[in-house]
This record gives sequence, structure tokens and C-alpha cells, in this order.
Amino acid sequence: MIIDALSVSPIVRAVGLIGLVLLEAMVLHVSYGVVTNTLGPNVKRALGGE
Amino acid sequence: MSLLLAGFFVGFGLLIGILFGFFGMGGSFLVTPALLVMGYPSRVAVGSGLAFVFGTSVIGALRHRDHGHVDYKLAVIMTVAMTLGIEAGKRVVDALHAAGTADLVISVAYVSLLATVGLFTFRDARSTDTTTSVDLSERVQALEIPPMVTLRGDVRVSASIIFGIGLVVGVLSGLLGVGGGFLLMPAMMYGLGVPAAIAVGTDILQITISGAFGAFVYARDGFVALPVVATLLAGSALGARIGAGVSELVDEDDIKGYFATMLLAGSVAVAAKRVGTAYDIGVLNTASIALIFGATVVVSGAILLAAVCQLRDDNTGFWCRLSTT
Repeated sequence: MIIDALSVSPIVRAVGLIGLVLLEAMVLHVSYGVVTNTLGPNVKRALGGE
Repeated sequence: MSLLLAGFFVGFGLLIGILFGFFGMGGSFLVTPALLVMGYPSRVAVGSGLAFVFGTSVIGALRHRDHGHVDYKLAVIMTVAMTLGIEAGKRVVDALHAAGTADLVISVAYVSLLATVGLFTFRDARSTDTTTSVDLSERVQALEIPPMVTLRGDVRVSASIIFGIGLVVGVLSGLLGVGGGFLLMPAMMYGLGVPAAIAVGTDILQITISGAFGAFVYARDGFVALPVVATLLAGSALGARIGAGVSELVDEDDIKGYFATMLLAGSVAVAAKRVGTAYDIGVLNTASIALIFGATVVVSGAILLAAVCQLRDDNTGFWCRLSTT
């Protein structure tokens, strides 16, 4: 889907898009960090056949 | 976007993230051709590729920020040059689009670039000789083109040469929607003689900045597909963590042959898509999609398999011997 250009100026729209991607990246970085730190050692043990 | 397509992009992002986390590069040069072969318009494929690069490199930069592996002088020169190059590349794309040749030229450029880098990587995977790269960086450092700058690792080199490299990579970035990591890393290490750790840290920082600018330039004109970028990023953020974890277990050189094969498969896929579209040969379009996604699955699968074999201390089993090149 191409971003809708109806209501805001192109520059505001572009800055908003960059901000959204940045926000998503930071949220994913933190949340996946918690998940991998919690589950990582168990997954490693399971894959290693222990 | 349908739920099925969203799930597909998350899965594809996961595999790309594994490759990015393991090799430290390899995001956009798969995403943009994949979007091209899926039928997205070239400017949307390039713009979305750049926005994805930005998101992925932010995650990489966050992970590397505490390691102190950044040469800010090098990053500033490269970023200024790449920013100018990206703007120039975008104007070239607009001009090609107006002439009705954008899809053809971008596809041909992709085929050439992926094939060239793929062949070099193949040669590198088969060779242990480092004399050529040492000679090249010494020759570049010997060129006294003012102003000269001293970088971390006691590397003294011409700022004009750094600027020139950044400009060329920037034009390719704006033209093809690539972050430039797979071009900048060898350029900094083998061309300028920058130590590998500094090259990686600096590379990720400046790709974050130039990726943001590239995405901004395309988003300004409405050529970024946000749902595609968001779903890809949701998968790649997790994949990058898995890939980085695996890189502590498996030697990169063991997998390099697969990586080169993936680059060459990407090259053939884009070429097949062009020919298939030009001459209306449906089977070529299908083959190109199968090639690009198949290669991504095989290489990321080989990385995960190599990690499991390493954890089980198994290097003799059929699958474990198959996982390395």
C-alpha cells in the first residue's frame, strides 16, 4: 500500500513514517531482548540435546 | 494487506534477520529484488527497501552502541557523501521513470551488482590469500590527496577518497534501495585498511543515518509501503538476534559459499523476472520467485543447522556435513 497523501504535507508524512519505523525498531529491540534472554538458554540446551 | 501476506512478510523478515545478524549485512539487497519479483512498482520496492534498511540498522546500532567500534570522523565524511549520492540516485530513478525505463535499468543494475559481488564472495570463500587486499589499502593510503585524515587504528588516508567512495555507494543506494553495507564493508576494510571491528561499527551507524535519509526521500513522494516494512521488521528484529547468537558458535567462512550462492540466485531471479515479463513467460516469473525465496530459506537454514551441529558437537553426520561449504 502506498501511503495516502490526502491530508498532510509530504515532509510531515515522511518524517512521521521514519518516526514510526524508529519506534517499532526500538520496541522490537527491547521486547525481543527480554524474550531471547528468558528463553535463549533453554532453547540452546534443547537444541544441544541435553 | 491480507493476514496470509503479513505472515509471509514476517517469516521472510525472520530469515533475512538471521542472515543480517550472522553476516552483519544482507537486508535490502534481498528485500528490494523480492518486492520487484512480487510485482511491486520499482520506486515502491526501492523506497520500502531503504525504510527496512533503516529499521534493521537501528536495531544493529543499538546493539553495537556500547562497544565503541565507531570512527565518527569516517562516519561523518561517509554520511555527507552518501546523502548527496542518495539524492542523486533518486533523481536518476525519477528521470528513468519519466523515460519509462526505470524497471528495466534497476533490474539490470541489480543483476550486474549481485552477480559481481557474488562471484567475488565465491572467490574469497575459496581463497586464504590476503596479499591483494593489503596491497590495495597500502596503495590507497599512499595517495596524498588533501585533506588527509587520521582514522582510528592509526590509518592515515585522503578524505577526498573516502568522500568519493561514499558518493558512489550513495548513488547505488538511492538507485537500488540498498543500504550499502555489502559494498561499504569491503571498501573500508580492503580499500582503506580500516580494522574490521571499526568498519562494522562505523558501517552500521552511517547506514542508519543514510537509510533514514533514503527512506525520507522516497516517503516524501509516497513510495514507501509501510505495512510491508512493519511486517518485515517484526520478523527481522527477532532473526537478527538469532543470527548474532549463532555467529558466536559458527565460523562465517564455513557458510560463505552459501552466501555467494544466494547473491547469484538473486541475480538470476531478477533477470528471469525481467525476461518473463518482457516476453510474457509465466514459468520464468514463478521460477524467479522460487529462486529468491528458496535461496533465502536454504542459506538461513544452513546457518541454523550449522549452529545445531556445533551445539551437538557433530561434524560427521550427513546433514551437518551438508550445512557447511
